[in-house]
Amino acid sequence: MNPASQGISGEGLRLAMPRGALFDPCLDMLDRAGFDTSEPRSGSRALIFDLGELTIVTVRPSDVPTYVEAGAAGLGITGKDVLAEQSDRAVYELADLGFGRCRMVLAAEAGSDRLAEAERRLGRMRIATKYPRTAEEHFERTGRQADLIEVKGSVELAPLVDLADGIVDLVDTGRTLAENDLEVVEEISVCTARLIANRVAHKLRVDEIDAMVERLRTAAADSP
Amino acid sequence: MAKSIPAGTRDVLPDEMRELRAIEAALAEMFEREGYGEVQTPVIEYEENPPPGAGRAGASRYRFYDETGAALALRSDMTEPIARLVANRFADHEGPLRLRYSGRVYRPLRLQGAEMRELHQVGIELIGAEAPAGTIEVIRLLVAALDAIGLQRAVVGLGDADLFGQLLDELRVEGAAKERILSCLAAHDFVAIEAEAGDLAGIDEEARRTIVTLSNLRGGSEVLARAKELGGAAVERAASRLEETYTGLEELGIADRVQLDFGLLRDLGYYTGAILEVYDPAYGDVLGGGGRYDGLLGAFGRPLPAAGFSLYLDRLHIAQAAEQERAS
Repeated sequence: MNPASQGISGEGLRLAMPRGALFDPCLDMLDRAGFDTSEPRSGSRALIFDLGELTIVTVRPSDVPTYVEAGAAGLGITGKDVLAEQSDRAVYELADLGFGRCRMVLAAEAGSDRLAEAERRLGRMRIATKYPRTAEEHFERTGRQADLIEVKGSVELAPLVDLADGIVDLVDTGRTLAENDLEVVEEISVCTARLIANRVAHKLRVDEIDAMVERLRTAAADSP
Repeated sequence: MAKSIPAGTRDVLPDEMRELRAIEAALAEMFEREGYGEVQTPVIEYEENPPPGAGRAGASRYRFYDETGAALALRSDMTEPIARLVANRFADHEGPLRLRYSGRVYRPLRLQGAEMRELHQVGIELIGAEAPAGTIEVIRLLVAALDAIGLQRAVVGLGDADLFGQLLDELRVEGAAKERILSCLAAHDFVAIEAEAGDLAGIDEEARRTIVTLSNLRGGSEVLARAKELGGAAVERAASRLEETYTGLEELGIADRVQLDFGLLRDLGYYTGAILEVYDPAYGDVLGGGGRYDGLLGAFGRPLPAAGFSLYLDRLHIAQAAEQERAS
């Protein structure tokens, strides 16, 4: 069977969940919503967990919109940072779950005026980022020019070895920035976990989706 | 080896082609039996068509110039060229006109996702028939088309294109704020709708809740009563129009194939009144859509009420294959 069809028409609902920083807060929310999450918490290397009314599939955060858009999962949870970066994806954003709060920032070497100098003398800043579209939109909106350098990991390294003058990245506590002698120059946006849905699933499984959204939304709001 | 083909385009080989042609043939036979004659329009058209005021909502097209410097575009949609054709070739026809088509349209690629830039659409246009009778005929043909190719589980979403525009007018939300909320509604970004509506001066909590509730309100005839409870002239008007159409569908015995959806918005700007989307549980995206476009022909100088639908041939094929596998 076409996998996409199972995400929409299979038994129970399928939820694409992000591995990584949002994984534990997602499981805490599912606990409060009355699901038994001992299996996914057991450290099992399985990728799919059957929780009864809900089957969770665990994927990379940036892959969640891909699974949901195609209908391989009817519902998904991922950060607003991922959704903003993939704004072309035709998925429905149903609820702000509130947890996983991070800031998208422009950061540069602490105490240095390298960013401002690059802009003043060279007319543009070299910016390393995992979020090229978010960064491009930010500089466009604020009327500045930047050469964006897309990297896949350890963005903090780029200014240290002069690959870039600054970085645009997601910051939680800011510890990684501090450890690398970087500081926040501008805050671009605040990102939290969002509940998204496949558009066909949202239309065809009205009662189940609406009930599940309400249940997860309530559980998220009960967060201590 | 020779360089292959551009992203978003496909070659079709004999086994697949045979199945695509079978779908086209099944649809053509049914449309023809219902009195819909086939038309063809050029793939290239003048960039100035449709004229301003036709409500094109910025759907982008490939544009280029011919040898005289005239701006041309590849058609990105079949309804606009057919509206133009009717204005040019049937200027004196009293109507109603029943036309069908099967052809390719071209759209610039999105940056992400598996979108195609060359798409094959099959559909009909019913021109010169007013709502609700014209709308009911179009939906009847849409359901018959889905049945004719084995998509008995497919569902037609039926909404009202004017609802939110009128509702926001009623709430005195204008200009950029109105555009912003409409675009959030079209994308179904409920989080942004709640945030945006919350930020708008002059919008009270009740109005905000009305917008959010409506955008999520979909189901059978029971949603009509739930919508009317929300009150207001715009909601009342949309609910009455939907009810009229739905009653006609009930009389035809096909209402169970139709889902009323107050949150439905199509991104093409020319729709007025009824709008349609088609879903099948075997496919993650819409199979097609349509609706009424009572103002479009007027923009071409031939004011006539009209409605129609188009289906993506490739998507019908994928859904059909999945449904066949499910049944076996």
